[in-house]
Formats: sequence, C-alpha cells, structure tokens
Amino acid sequence: MLRIKRVPTVVSNYQKDESEEAARREGGCGRNCLNKCCIQGAKLPLYAFKPLNKIVGDKALPGHESSQPPVAFLDSLLLGEWEDRMQKGLFRYDVTACETKVIPGGYGFIAQLNEGRHLKKRPTEFRVDKVLQPFDGSKFNFTKVGQEEVLFQFEPSEDGEVQFIPNAPIDVENSPSVVAINVSPIEYGHVLLIPRILECLPQRIDRDSFLLALYMAAEAESPYFRLGYNSLGAFATINHLHFQAYYLAVPFPIEKAPTKKITTLDGGVKISKLLNYPVRGLIFEGGNSIEDLSNTVSDACICLQDNNIPYNVLIADCGRRIFLFPQCYAEKQALGEVNAELLDTQVNPAVWEISGHMVLKRKKDYEEASEENAWRLLAEVSLSEERFQEVSALIFEAIASVDNGNGNATQSSLEEPDAKPKSHEEVDAIHPAMVAGTKECLVLH
Amino acid sequence: MALIEQSLNRRYSLYVHEELDELSESFTITDPSISGHPIVFASLGFLKMSGYSKEEVIGKNGRVFQGPRTNRRSVMEIREAIREERPIQISLLNYRKDGTPFWMLFHMSPVFSKDDGSVIHFVGVQVPISPKPRRSRSGVGRNGVNLCEDGSRMRGDIVFGSCRREVCSDSLVELGPVLDLESVLDSDSRGLDIEETCEASDLEKQRAANAIENISSLLTRYSEITGRLVCERRCSLPGAGVLSSSLIISLGRIKQSFVLTDPHLPDMPIVYASDAFLRLTGYARREVLGHNCRFLSGEDTDPSTLSKMKESIRVEQACTVRILNYRKDKSSFWNYLHISPVRNASGKIAYFVGVQIEEGCKDQVRHGLSPEMRQLGAVGAVRVAVRSLSIGAGPSMS
Repeated sequence: MLRIKRVPTVVSNYQKDESEEAARREGGCGRNCLNKCCIQGAKLPLYAFKPLNKIVGDKALPGHESSQPPVAFLDSLLLGEWEDRMQKGLFRYDVTACETKVIPGGYGFIAQLNEGRHLKKRPTEFRVDKVLQPFDGSKFNFTKVGQEEVLFQFEPSEDGEVQFIPNAPIDVENSPSVVAINVSPIEYGHVLLIPRILECLPQRIDRDSFLLALYMAAEAESPYFRLGYNSLGAFATINHLHFQAYYLAVPFPIEKAPTKKITTLDGGVKISKLLNYPVRGLIFEGGNSIEDLSNTVSDACICLQDNNIPYNVLIADCGRRIFLFPQCYAEKQALGEVNAELLDTQVNPAVWEISGHMVLKRKKDYEEASEENAWRLLAEVSLSEERFQEVSALIFEAIASVDNGNGNATQSSLEEPDAKPKSHEEVDAIHPAMVAGTKECLVLH
Repeated sequence: MALIEQSLNRRYSLYVHEELDELSESFTITDPSISGHPIVFASLGFLKMSGYSKEEVIGKNGRVFQGPRTNRRSVMEIREAIREERPIQISLLNYRKDGTPFWMLFHMSPVFSKDDGSVIHFVGVQVPISPKPRRSRSGVGRNGVNLCEDGSRMRGDIVFGSCRREVCSDSLVELGPVLDLESVLDSDSRGLDIEETCEASDLEKQRAANAIENISSLLTRYSEITGRLVCERRCSLPGAGVLSSSLIISLGRIKQSFVLTDPHLPDMPIVYASDAFLRLTGYARREVLGHNCRFLSGEDTDPSTLSKMKESIRVEQACTVRILNYRKDKSSFWNYLHISPVRNASGKIAYFVGVQIEEGCKDQVRHGLSPEMRQLGAVGAVRVAVRSLSIGAGPSMS
C-alpha cells in the first residue's frame, strides 16, 4: 500500500478539527449542517439552469438577441454570495491580499504567494495507490459543513427556462447539487460543486455529475471561470464527489499550449494531445452537443479510474475545452522518487498547478519562482511518453467501445440518473492484458 | 447607441466616415471604452465578406462571427492581445451570416491616444486566405485541385514593389478573384472537415499589415484636425488615473451602478464610472472622471454619514450607508451605498469601489436576486477584474 504524508487543505470551517466539540444550540447538532439532524426545514437559494444541448456563450449573434436571464449566474449570484461570505468573515484569509504575478518567460506560469493556506494543520497520511475508495461517513465530508458555507443549489430547470428562487426548501428526496465556498480559496470566487450532496458519492466521475460540471462552466459564460477535478491519488483530499472552480481573468499556460489533433469521433468530439507542455495530456473539444462532449470525457475518466490511474481534469473556456491529465506524482512521491527540493516546496501538483497556476507557501519560492522551476515540478507529474501512449490507447479503446457498441450510451442525460458507469469487470473483459499490472505500480511501466 | 455613434466623431473629424468607406479592405473598428467592446465601424468590404448589413454588425462584439469550428486557442490569443494592448496577426475561421465558415487572416492593432497613452480604438483587418494545395486532400476534389493551381500561380506572379502603394493596388486587383474562388470552394466543401489551421501566405500577411497601416495613418490624419491626436504606437506611458483598456472592457461588463476612485491620487478622484452610474446621476462620463465623489452630496446630505464613509476609507474597511445624493438636475435620491477597498495583484489597495442602489427602485427587485446581493456581486466582479488585470504588470504598481 502506498501512502504519502501531506497537510490536507481545509475547505470548510467544520473540518478544522473533527474531535472539536461544536457549541450546541437549539435543535440538530448545533452546526446547522446538511445532515439529517439539521436539514429539516432548511432553505437555500436555488438556481435552475436551462439544460441546453449546445454549448452556450456566443448567444448574442447579430439579429438573434437572447432574452436576459433573471439572474446573472456568475457576476451577481456566485460572486455576490461569495462576497457576502467574505464580509461575514467565513474565509481563513483574504485571498485578494495574497500577492500574485506572472512568472517571466514564454509560458506565462502564474505564481501566488499564499502563506495562510496551510497553517495549523498537521500532515496526514493519504493512501495514493487506490483511485476508487468507498465513501467513509466517519471522515470529513460535505454533509458536515455549515449551511452558511453553501451558496446555492444548482439544478437543471424542469420547464427548460432559467429560474431563480431566493429561498427554496431543500428537497432531501431528490438530493440537490450544491455550490459551497472553499474556506481556503486559491483565488476569488473559489467554490466547490458537490453533485447530489446527500447521496454521499465517493470521489469518482460519472456521466451525470460531469455533465453537471460542464453546465456550470457554460452557465458562468466566462472563459476565466474554470472548473477542475482531482481524483484520489492525484491530490484530492476529500473522498466525497466534488469539483472545484474559481475566477481568474488570466489565461492559464495550459490553455496557450499548442495541440495536435489525434482524431474526431462520430459525435463530433475532437481529441488532441498537448504539445510542448511539461505534462502530457489530452484535450477534448467540440461535439454535436454538450452531452456528446461530456459523455466522451466522462468515459475517458471512468476508464482511468477503473484502471486505477490517477488523473486531473480542467474544464476551460465555458466548457468548450476539457483537459485530461493522467498523473503519477503522488505515486512517485510515495516511492521516494521525487527529489527533496521539489518536496520542500510542499506544492501539491493538482489540477490548478498542472494548468500552470502555482500556489506557493514560502516567500522564498515565490521570489525565486522561475519558468524552469515550474517546468521541473510539472515534468515530475507527467507520465512518460511510453506510458502516456499506453494510457491513451486504453482511453481510446474505452471511448470507441462505448461509441460503437452501445447506441444508448450517448443518450444518458440528467433525467436518467441510473446510467451506470462501466463496471470494473466489463472493462477488464475488454482489455484484460492491459489492465493486469496497472493496479500494482504505474511508475514502473 | 449614442455612444457608439459618437465613438469616431469624438476623435476624428466628420469626414472620416467617408474616407473609411472608400477603403476597399475588409475591416472593423471597435471601441474598448464602451460596454461590450462593440464594433463602431464596419467597412463595406467587411459587410460584403460577412453577408451582414451594417445595422446588424454595429454595436456587436467581434466574437459573434466565430462559430463551432473556430479554433478556441486562437480566440484566446486575440483576447490576450486585447488585454495586453498589442497588435496580433492570426489565422481565424469566421462564419458568414448564412452560416458558411471561411478562413481569414485577422490582423488587429490598437490605436492610442497621443495624449495619455490610452487605447482609443482597435482596428481589425480581415484578409481572406486563399486555399492551399496541401489542404485539398480532405476532399475538396477536382475543383480543389484547379483552385490550388490557380492559387499558386497567382502567388508566383506577384512581385513585391518597393513602393507600398504598388503592393496595395496589386492586392486590390487580386481581391476579386480570390473571393470568387472562395465562394466556389465553400459551396463545394460545405459539411467537410475544416482543417485545424490555415496558414496565410506571405502576401496575405503583407496585405493585412498594409491595410492596418493605411487605416491607422488615415485615423491619425483625421485626429489631427480635431486636436485629439491618436497614434499607432504608444507615445506616452498611461497617465495617472488612466485605466488599461482591458480593465475598462472587464468593468464595462458589470451592469450595476458603480465608480472606482483612486486613493493614491490627490483628492481621491473617480477613475471609472459605469454606464448605470451615469444613468442614475445624469452626468456625462467626462463630467465625473477626475472628480471627487462629493459632487453627489448636497445641502440635506447628513454630514455624519459622510464622516462615517471617510472613516471607513481611512481604516480601509468596507461599509454600507444610506445617504442622500443629488443628480445633475438637482433632484435628490436615497442612495444605498456600499464602499469597499479593492486590491491589485500585489495585494495592495489600488482603488475603492462604491456601488450605488437607488432606494425604492423597483426594477432592481424583479431580477429575483436582492439588490444587496447584486451590489456585492458587483464588488466581487470589480475585485476579480482589478486583481486579474494588474497581474501581468509585475511587482507592486502602487
């Protein structure tokens, strides 16, 4: 079993110390959380988005003016609620007071000095050799956060129009998806999207949840509001299904990297690979519908997690471009193969770091930040070319088998929550030779 | 819409429209200081190429001509050039009104104010890219081969003259046939796979650069008459209180009434005022920029409210007050005002933002989100814009 020690990020004020007894008030556990004890009668704003079949963003075509939505999703709702929590003092620090800069050089890596993010916590052991682990209700999960940390419910609209209800009751039966703050933000507007929060899903991509994340990116209508996902073993610290998102109006180096097209699938989804970037990865774009794109990427993610390959996902450009990176840093770290200098920086290369946004904890690292250093760290994250080819082949095989073998596969939608990801056994049956061994040690390949 | 009409007239003498109309190039002029960074001029060549009427194009943002196959990375590069206020030349797949895509070489360049170094306009030239032999393999077919032979012969024939005017007239003669070829190609290639990239020839690049040069020098000439000079290269560093065009573009997207004031300048003047603020107060932008906010107060404004605001600015804290303010026409209104410090990328306070809500303003409630929440949303959006757009400027700006 491979483990690493790291300081877990505190995403909720209720995560600080789990043995700490919260002051008891009237009713419930006293925390006003989202569990059975407190959720009765609770209300939260509800934003119901229009589940369009096309990626939105360029709505204002000449001669085709679209009607104004009742609420500007990003600029009024999300940022307004976020600023409200900031003024209520719910965050551990003011992230806008953290210095940030673009590192000189051709790539434009972004560095932030954040000395407050990792204070106080003791390092904890994390198992890094199992991408899929069962949900453990005894550990911290998002049902334990206080309701004040939840900004709103995010749901597909039932009548096909955008709706906003300032005070909507929480429908426990239907397990709402919610957007909550991250109390250790790495940029302004840093939030967590927690699909069907009350179902207590482990950190594991499924088609419906991924589609929900894509809809959120589209709804924000800003190319600078990005969503990210870290699998277990790729620096997710909480095993409760969640995506992260924040707002930074600067292009990420990954978005600028040149790409080379590999193929276009039947559904119109174009798959390319990154060129001239320290981390090898795939890019998914296009598609005849937002679901085509979403399903293709979900199937790729499902293939990776079923094959126990840790990965990160960046949803960029309003959901139009999705970057997928299989990675092996944590495993190398556990095996003692990462050099001490890199480990000293305590930078955990998760989705944001891989995309080129580096949050540094020490002033020294910030001042000395160079393209070379950033490159060196990210190069450690990447699979080798040989292994990347192997993993890509695995992904393409999985996507193709879904594409050809099963016409229904592309019809899964938010209305069909039963669409099951491919089970482990099925995947094994398709390519037993490739899977054997990958569960042991990725690096040695 | 008045702003859009005024955009050229404010800088250049009236005849500039006629002169611009005479140019045969396909180009647009956009104004970053107007909310939405709209097109304020489109040449006849552009309208012909895109198939839109003038009315359909003026006031729109250039992104409306992009479509599903437009390379997103190229779009991002253009966004970056705007942000960095620098020229860019890039191949781009655009769409006509009838939905057909076409490759063109997009060359965009800022026009600066000679006075304070701010960006006044962006000029964007579109040169259609003629098809290349190696691109025909994806099934353009028999016609494609013919077209390509034509294309290469044409390129071979052109000899660069030392005089720019010569090159230009060559280009103009050539424009006709290329457009014809394009339309043939399009009717043939509809539904086929559009190539990932389409490299422009040196001639096309030169043609785009020449067009930019022509238009810019024309604009410069016509600004001389008004005395409000523009130039192609930044002649002076942006003056104190001048915001970058990219920050202005970002702030322009925020719909609420707000101002930014600069605490580092004497008397803390307004350096940005949103359209909604101007509507609320009745002033024109030039009447408020550079002035302290105190012109909003009047004889019945409570002095204790003013001192509360001053104090919160002094201690660099956010505050919300209900204050009696006056419009330009002397009518008063209760302003539910939120003030907050805004930090730049170095973490230091760069501005104070003041977001106004007119009390009892019913139309603000119909949006479902409380006015207070929308007010805070505006504060957040301002924070992101200021922080993000000062990030490239290196260490500490103030």
